[in-house]
Amino acid sequence: MESAGGFSLEYAPAPESVAPVRLASQYGLFIGGEMVEPGAGRLAATVNPATGEALAEVGVAEAVDVDRAVVAARAAWEGGWRNLPGAERAKYLYRVARLLQERAREFAVLETMDGGKPIRESRDLDIPLAAAHFFHYAGWADKLDYAFSGRRAAPLGVAAQIIPWNFPLLMAAWKLAPALACGNTVVLKPAPTTPLTALLLAEVLRDAEIPPGVVNIVTGDDATGAALVAHPGVDKVAFTGSTEVGRAIGAEVAGTGKRLTLELGGKAANIVFDDAALDQVTEGIVNGIYFNGGQVCCAGSRLLVQETVADTVVGKLQQRMNTLRVGDPLDKNTDIGAINSQAQLNRIGELVASGVAEGAELYTPPCELPERGFFHPPALFTNVSTAHRIAREEIFGPVLSVLTFRTAEEAVAKANNTPYGLSAGIWTEKGSRILWMADQMQAGVVWANTFNRFDPASPFGGYRESGYGREGGRAGLLPYVELVA
Amino acid sequence: MSSRLVVNKTYKQFVGGAFERSESGRSYPVVGAGGQLLAHAVQGSRKDVRDAVAAARSAQGSWAGRTAYNRGQILYRVAEVMESRQAEFCAEVLRAGDGCTEEAASRETAAAIDRWVWYAGWADKFATVLGGANPVAGPYFNLSVPEPAGVVGIVAPDEPPLLPLVSRLAPVIVSGNTAVVLASERCPLVAVTLAETLALSDIPSGVVNICTGLRNELVPPLARHVAVDALDLTGCDPGLSADAARQAAATITRVVSASTAERQWAEEAAQSPYLIDAFCETKTVWHPKGR
Amino acid sequence: MSLLSPILYRVSDLLAAESPTGVADAVAGVRITPVDAVGLEQRAAGLCTRSLKTSSKAAALELAIRVMDLTTLEGADTPERVQALCARARRPDAADWSVPPVAAVCVYPELVPVAAEALAESPVAVASVAGGFPAGLAPWEVRLAEIAWAVAAGADEVDIVLNRSAFLSGRYQKAYDEIAAAKQACGSAHLKVILETGELGAYDQIRRASMLAMVAGADFIKTSTGKIGTSATPPIALCMAEAIRDMAEQTGRAVGLKLAGGIRTAKQAWHYLVIVGETLGPEWLTPERFRLGASSLLNDVLMQRSKLGDGCYQRREDFSVD
Repeated sequence: MESAGGFSLEYAPAPESVAPVRLASQYGLFIGGEMVEPGAGRLAATVNPATGEALAEVGVAEAVDVDRAVVAARAAWEGGWRNLPGAERAKYLYRVARLLQERAREFAVLETMDGGKPIRESRDLDIPLAAAHFFHYAGWADKLDYAFSGRRAAPLGVAAQIIPWNFPLLMAAWKLAPALACGNTVVLKPAPTTPLTALLLAEVLRDAEIPPGVVNIVTGDDATGAALVAHPGVDKVAFTGSTEVGRAIGAEVAGTGKRLTLELGGKAANIVFDDAALDQVTEGIVNGIYFNGGQVCCAGSRLLVQETVADTVVGKLQQRMNTLRVGDPLDKNTDIGAINSQAQLNRIGELVASGVAEGAELYTPPCELPERGFFHPPALFTNVSTAHRIAREEIFGPVLSVLTFRTAEEAVAKANNTPYGLSAGIWTEKGSRILWMADQMQAGVVWANTFNRFDPASPFGGYRESGYGREGGRAGLLPYVELVA
Repeated sequence: MSSRLVVNKTYKQFVGGAFERSESGRSYPVVGAGGQLLAHAVQGSRKDVRDAVAAARSAQGSWAGRTAYNRGQILYRVAEVMESRQAEFCAEVLRAGDGCTEEAASRETAAAIDRWVWYAGWADKFATVLGGANPVAGPYFNLSVPEPAGVVGIVAPDEPPLLPLVSRLAPVIVSGNTAVVLASERCPLVAVTLAETLALSDIPSGVVNICTGLRNELVPPLARHVAVDALDLTGCDPGLSADAARQAAATITRVVSASTAERQWAEEAAQSPYLIDAFCETKTVWHPKGR
Repeated sequence: MSLLSPILYRVSDLLAAESPTGVADAVAGVRITPVDAVGLEQRAAGLCTRSLKTSSKAAALELAIRVMDLTTLEGADTPERVQALCARARRPDAADWSVPPVAAVCVYPELVPVAAEALAESPVAVASVAGGFPAGLAPWEVRLAEIAWAVAAGADEVDIVLNRSAFLSGRYQKAYDEIAAAKQACGSAHLKVILETGELGAYDQIRRASMLAMVAGADFIKTSTGKIGTSATPPIALCMAEAIRDMAEQTGRAVGLKLAGGIRTAKQAWHYLVIVGETLGPEWLTPERFRLGASSLLNDVLMQRSKLGDGCYQRREDFSVD
């Protein structure tokens, strides 16, 4: 037999073409069906985090713009949307779903350019799921009478929706689709660092001929969001973002009669028992924490491994981490793209430093990071104690903390030892243990022998300080209706 | 004519299954519709609220861990015991309510008993109606179930004294929550009598805790308590309600308040499986389907 | 040992307590890790979306040739056909001498002497199926004799089949003993054990069979005979590669992987190279540890190779029909 040395596979740079994306240099606000200039004329640049270069300038809405948007939404609601037959609302939403599917590549590339997530994810997950959400809720629009036993579902009015930067278009879809299906009108505020796909969505909404004012999109900063939440013409506030901002919104809305749903932070436990399918576990852990660079509220950021297999699992994990590709988000072979912003990269760096300072052991695979842009290698901490900051605080980056446990009871105690309660992972081949563990988890989504799966038919949302209200499925309609006897 | 001196009842708070005075030693006079003194109710303190929450917290796991069938039977048992003490409740309602007639008191008591029966029946059905299998686009089994949020603080409305209290309490505990109830400030005595009934039925200690006292003193510590998972502020006036909601926001505690329709206490609109849902978390479990 | 026993953790759990073959405890104690089908399939699908660098593609095509077991296993195989195949094995592209020879030619035992003669003085190995291929249900003495006969006739490598009848009925010891005895009968020849994964019913079973075969002494584990509908698939390849990785990690023994059946295109071959490379590392991408068993793959690889060379798409008919 011929002897040959090791053969190394090299993956091609396989950059997705940016040809489908036509960027304007400036973008206004989408109010009353028109792109309008912000009243104060203030603009802010949105940056490609993979290069640090500005992509375009986007309007910063002031209170006066927010007021215009809310007034437009109110007028559209009272002017017909609230009384439009559900079947008609459904058809509008189906149109949006189809238009998103038709322009999927364009949306995916733009999402990756503006937010830094790998094209593989925006192409295979964000955009298809966004379209799927519109498709799912389109079907609910004329079936609300079947959704709630013994009750009729009436729309609330104007919904103020504030979305985060980690899944920009997908979060817009999660918010818009159920709100519109239930007969509400919307003022949507995208995150400051990722406004572009929402603005492209405005084009889609116009092409779908959704009546002017039914959806208004106001880009801007925190002050824009605060003005929107505080606006007296708003009937409902839905927010996805940090727990800190969630508290402020809760306080602002208190006593106003506005409905509120919050989808906030998380510090999910991913629990591995020694009888689990360890190779799929390894993939699940990787998917749990390195998907979207860990910038996911439901990320499996705390790995709880049964002591008997801790070394094995960490070994497999390190081996697998060595094959992760960090770099150009537009490259189809990239596993971990850019961190969304310099600020977020700084926060990750700060928490990683705290982990090292507190005595945890850091592992990062040998990998070359691009010279410019905001990048962080996948990181793994062992020797972590439950008191460490990296075991308690949401890092929102590709950083995993490994803790061990001996018994199921101990795993439960450690998993629930957090004020958050968004998600949890359980890995074991024993069915009864899965069901028992799932019962014990203080978490809104429990992934057993899988992680980070999303579907429009499946409710998503947290316990405790991860928020309240659900998005997805029938449960996702409830935040947008009043039930009338 | 032999006249017998009436033995007056002492109305205490109900915490962790025991009837206790306030740790503060305070009480306040409760007057009836005609302005006469009915009794001195306990004027609970911040620490009483704290103890009540602790009792509710420690009872919650085992209450939620009981079978739905069992919880349903226990709620039904409450109705049974109330039924047997109907006269007592009628009398309490009658002397508490401003201009309350005997007929109205009797109607209210009956409605309150029926409300327990109605919710008792939901114990093993609401999960079927509110949850279910979700047909996700992939090789996964996906199930959503409503689970109790945990400890719920309930601020009971003043009037009428009995039916609203039961209407807000029953949907909270039927799913496995435990409750800390702040009784009506003006008419707390019926709430204490209800507590005595609960103690006689099979409701485990700590599942329902009832504090009496001044809302301005008791609502803030309840709203701020980190171990309270949801608040029903139906009995608060708008100002107090807003303050409480603001305080609750610090721990992302959800706040619920009865709608206008739900405040038609005697109507069907006042009872709903969605009121059970309002104090539940939806948990969704995924599992792959593979050979 | 009943099939209904709870999860089996180690190969030794499959074997009789007084195992006659005297395998070291450390080896028989290797863990049989459960497999989650959905997770496995998702990972395999993910690996199949990797795109290779153009320069890497050329090397990958060459590697695909160097690890190829050029195979003919037909009842109609004649000495002439085998001789022609051997000629192609030594020089796959008559027009381009830079194309390396394949790893081996794989034939039925009776044709081993023909192949051995045709491949003498060449780097190409002679591989023979034996041991009652493809069902493995001939009397054991007959199967064992066939293995010994093939080796004596000049086979450098012997491809036997796992006794699925024994394996699927829970007679793990029998399946194990057969492989161990076959290994002895092989002498210095390499033993490849075909699991016939399409008959095992679940990835868990494939993983279990992989561990059993490796502990029993297989130098290679191989997916399929090519004689039933289902053969190598990316998730099956991944499943077996993960088993091999466990074996190497736990015992230090490097066992090879042979994928066979249904591999017809260069693209499929790349996918398998990626799966093996990412799972087991580049040190497995050599003919000593990795084989692709195929009859029609070679032409497609040569076509893709030409396309890489001059950028033109090729016509299938221009390549050898052997």
